[in-house]
Amino acid sequence: MEKAKKWPEDWQEITPGCMVSRPGSAREYHTGSWRAQRPVYDNSKCIKCGICYIFCPEGCISQDADGYFVADLNYCKGCGICAHECWTGAITMVEEG
Amino acid sequence: MSERVGMEIALAAAETVALCRPDVVAAYPITPNTHIPEHLSDIVADGRLDADFICVESEHSALSACCGASGAGARAFTATSSQGLLYMAEVVPIVSAMRLPVVMIIGNRALSGPINIWNDHSDIMSQRDAGWISMFAANGQEVVDMTVQSFKIAEHRDVMLPVNLNLDGFQLTHVVEPMMFLNQEEVDAFLPEYKPYAALHPDNIVSMGTLALPEIFNEVMKAKDEVLKGSKKVILEVWKEWEEKFGRSYKPVESYRTEDAEVLFLAIGSMAETAEVAVDELRDKGMRIGLLKLRLWRPFPFEEIRNAVKGAKVVAVLDRAVSFGGPGGPVFSEVRSALYDEKDRPMVINEIIGLGGRDVPVGDFVKIAEKATRVAKTGPEEEYEIFGVRGS
Repeated sequence: MEKAKKWPEDWQEITPGCMVSRPGSAREYHTGSWRAQRPVYDNSKCIKCGICYIFCPEGCISQDADGYFVADLNYCKGCGICAHECWTGAITMVEEG
Repeated sequence: MSERVGMEIALAAAETVALCRPDVVAAYPITPNTHIPEHLSDIVADGRLDADFICVESEHSALSACCGASGAGARAFTATSSQGLLYMAEVVPIVSAMRLPVVMIIGNRALSGPINIWNDHSDIMSQRDAGWISMFAANGQEVVDMTVQSFKIAEHRDVMLPVNLNLDGFQLTHVVEPMMFLNQEEVDAFLPEYKPYAALHPDNIVSMGTLALPEIFNEVMKAKDEVLKGSKKVILEVWKEWEEKFGRSYKPVESYRTEDAEVLFLAIGSMAETAEVAVDELRDKGMRIGLLKLRLWRPFPFEEIRNAVKGAKVVAVLDRAVSFGGPGGPVFSEVRSALYDEKDRPMVINEIIGLGGRDVPVGDFVKIAEKATRVAKTGPEEEYEIFGVRGS
């Protein structure tokens, strides 16, 4: 699929009503750029319960081949809910540098 | 073309909307527009119009239903007044932002409070900046004609904007007038079947009403402004076609006996009809006076206003809404602003008149004409005046 521009360069390029005619294009906008803090997992404390996965409002946490959880930083907005909910304190929110 | 038929204007509006073959009508009753959707529901129930009449639970839902229906490719119509328009307000700028050609008739009524069911323009003026095309009719014939025109203008591919058509509550909605109606063949020939630019359908996926981030929002607002300003070209084309086909002329600013006029009334809505009578009486007495009737409110007709006031010494703008603590009525402040850069501009004075259904008889125009003549010599007396207030 041809990669779309992030947004129109000029006002003349705005589609009528800002209509989007290509499904799924929101995926190309990486909301992770809004993040001030990132979640860092300490897998030695992780019990693989998946509560971070359940509570993530972005749906950007997934399970890796070993059963641990990882956040997709392209979409993680750094809200910290995963760290707040984690039973064992395996997730720490770290300032983005 | 049929003969003149006498009918209540609200019913005439409903009959004309039906001739425009809307697919969806969604409305909630509120005085004084009620007879329009009420009569449309009769027409649908009687099988004379193949449309979905949605009995919504509020005006917010009425315009939301029209928004969704229009997004799905339907020709959608609603009508409201006063608090009903305010209840729609959350949706009003969304319909224009989504470029959906919904047509709404507003039976203009004062906003509460205190509660008042009668006419002024405070309802539509509260939604002035929502990005809709906005027009005023001054009599029943104009309501009939402009209803059909509204759909054609709204749906034009270079426009795709909602239109609100304003008629004064009671003074127009509840009055019986003789009107020339179009027949179905004439309307069908003038107003083609609605072919949407895009419609919500699983076979051709589009997203409407999307998010716009700060990085693009200025450009989006610029685009919305430009399309509304550009719609005037289409409005003029549609009015030209109307005149060619049906012989009745429509202009953004109508002039009545303005030749050599030193004083001009500038009125909006039905009081312009009364003003014509006043102009006739004053002309008979030798006064050089004329009338401008503002038909097109958005997009605002700057050039037409500038040209229409040329040669006048005083323009008395008659507003039917107050901008409390502000620079005068909305029509006045915009007309004066439009003239600011002109080298030879007339003095512009503002009389706010006819609020909440207060009668505006011919004598009021005579008094305003006398005041305009006086201030032409002595200069302006105040920023604006609420006319005819007892105790002032």
